[in-house]
Amino acid sequence: MMIWALILIPFIAGLLSLFIRVDVLRRSILIAAAVCHTAIITLCWLENPEPILAGWFAFDATAKLFLSIASVLFLCASFYAVGYLKAERHEPKKDFEEEEFFVNAPEAIFTACLLMFLMTMTLAITSQHFGLIWVAMEATTLVSAPLIYFHRHHRSLEATWKYLLICSVGIAISLLGNFFLAIAASAPDGSSIPLMRSDLAANASQLLSPWVKAAFIFILVGYGTKMGLAPLHTWLPDAHSEAPSVVSALLSGTLLNCAFVGILRAYEVTAAAGLLPFAQNLLILFGLVSMAFAAVFIIGQADYKRMLAYSSVEHMGILALGVGLGGAAVFGSMLHTVNHSLTKAALFLVAGNILAVYKTKIASHVKGVFSLISVSGFLWIAGILAITGFPPFGTFLSEFTILKAIIEQGRYFIAAAYLGLLAIIFVSFSAIAFRMAQGRNTENLPAKNERWLSIVPPAVLLFGVLVLGVYVPKQLTNVLHDIALLLGGN
Amino acid sequence: MWTDIIMVLLILTNMVVLGTSRLRACIRVVAVQGVALGILPLLHSFEWQLLIFAVLSIILKGIVFPVMLSRTLRQLNVWQEESPYVGYGLSLLMGPFALAFSSWISLRLPLPYTIHSTMLIPVALFTLIVGLFIIVSRKKALTQVLGYLVMENGIYAFGMAIAYHQPMLIELGVLLDVFVGVFVMGIAIFHISRQFDHINTDQLSALRN
Repeated sequence: MMIWALILIPFIAGLLSLFIRVDVLRRSILIAAAVCHTAIITLCWLENPEPILAGWFAFDATAKLFLSIASVLFLCASFYAVGYLKAERHEPKKDFEEEEFFVNAPEAIFTACLLMFLMTMTLAITSQHFGLIWVAMEATTLVSAPLIYFHRHHRSLEATWKYLLICSVGIAISLLGNFFLAIAASAPDGSSIPLMRSDLAANASQLLSPWVKAAFIFILVGYGTKMGLAPLHTWLPDAHSEAPSVVSALLSGTLLNCAFVGILRAYEVTAAAGLLPFAQNLLILFGLVSMAFAAVFIIGQADYKRMLAYSSVEHMGILALGVGLGGAAVFGSMLHTVNHSLTKAALFLVAGNILAVYKTKIASHVKGVFSLISVSGFLWIAGILAITGFPPFGTFLSEFTILKAIIEQGRYFIAAAYLGLLAIIFVSFSAIAFRMAQGRNTENLPAKNERWLSIVPPAVLLFGVLVLGVYVPKQLTNVLHDIALLLGGN
Repeated sequence: MWTDIIMVLLILTNMVVLGTSRLRACIRVVAVQGVALGILPLLHSFEWQLLIFAVLSIILKGIVFPVMLSRTLRQLNVWQEESPYVGYGLSLLMGPFALAFSSWISLRLPLPYTIHSTMLIPVALFTLIVGLFIIVSRKKALTQVLGYLVMENGIYAFGMAIAYHQPMLIELGVLLDVFVGVFVMGIAIFHISRQFDHINTDQLSALRN
């Protein structure tokens, strides 16, 4: 029942918002659907809901964690989106990078796609059947593509095209991975184990290991493209920098996690089939490569939204690395998922505020955010400290948990690479971001009143990260432990 | 027998896609491929579920996609892929190598059970490789969508090759995703042509670093 509600509420609200002409009503529907979704998730924490459709959709530990993140983020983003849509005018406006005019996509389509995005993510995270995960994952790409093309100019179109093509090809590759898994689950007489997560894990000893290996590689590469693991991340910086900031926040904080869930499901089966070291090494490799790629591109990055996008590549790398290391690092990685999503979403929202005032994405053209829009400036600095893993934020705790696990395992080379890359990213990140916050604005921009809807959502998210740095609730710890146990950690 | 004939047809259509610059011909050939693959599951077992699925996929790949893509062609008045990254001669030459490679791969990956035709797996992989190759070696956005469809056909053929049948709902879901995918890409192509006055993706290069 509850899971049905989680899927149907955003679906119906999305359909409705396509046909509503009154802006106020449509925006209220967006907020109402987001609030209902989060409320039901809260109820699900109190009492675990029954699986539906013969167990195809279930609210297991992984779904609990990731769906909660998605729901909370969507709630904050929907409030921000309402403020954003109010401020966006309907008539053509001037592109601030080039002297051209462009219009926005119709608001009804934008809102509908947002809500459908929530629905497809709910499907992707809760589904327990590998085929169904694939269908839902591809659907998230298709409904989020129009969101990136909200501002109808040629740069966002380029980003949308790359996103569509690269992610579709990536996901097609993971479909092949699913077929490999189906072969691995077949017996010589033609009978086969259903591609359900629980069935596969229970009968893991009968799986054919060469095919499981092939399946994991293909699924990792396929969903890894969508998750933004380097070197498959090429769509990510473009899409994140050209999409409206509220969409970037959702892409970074929730969509990448969805793809991560897809990988984790396959990882779980691979681990159950006795191939844990094989899968671990692959994840460690992808993790370190992603962090290195991100570090290279963050150094001297001119565009502050692209900088945040590359930081997402970095953090996806940390998540993969943490899971691949096993042991206590898996717990750290799961905790880091929460921290990263909250922080990055908040940062993108604040970046949206800065962009709205300064009308440029070039970091060196932005000066004196503190003096001009002081609340956003404060949130910007707090967010930057949080994302670079500064205490007392939650990111410090989770990154430190992973580091401790690496050192306990005696893998000093990985520890050195991990620390070194984090340090490089910290230095270049803060150099760019602090210069934006300090100083005086030279353009003589008029001081602006900040709207509540644009500062409260990121503030709430950042407060959450701060709290997680000091105190992790018992219920959350339990869920994180449950997931870690499934993934070969403790 | 029939399976083998369809497989040969698949190889031939792949070679045509590799060697032709005329987009209309490409669209037709990919449609033929889709229809041939739609018939494939009906050759060995005949259930009503399978029939519905086959009919749906034939309608989609044989009628809906070609009509949609041809309409885009007419609207944009683009008929040829003029200067691909990899020329047509070289592309054609690549074909037999890809076929040999996929045969080699499929010898290395023994299936746990026997299937109707030994050609299924190599041809499926070949189609997949050709699709990927078209996506990366052609400039026009429309040709890239055709490449995506060819790739999808390859994966579909692979799915047929494994005797395993996914539940109906998921098969339909996959089909729906492909449909919406092509639909959304079609809209994107239309916008690209309006923004840029062409659909050459090599000029989509404002975003870097």
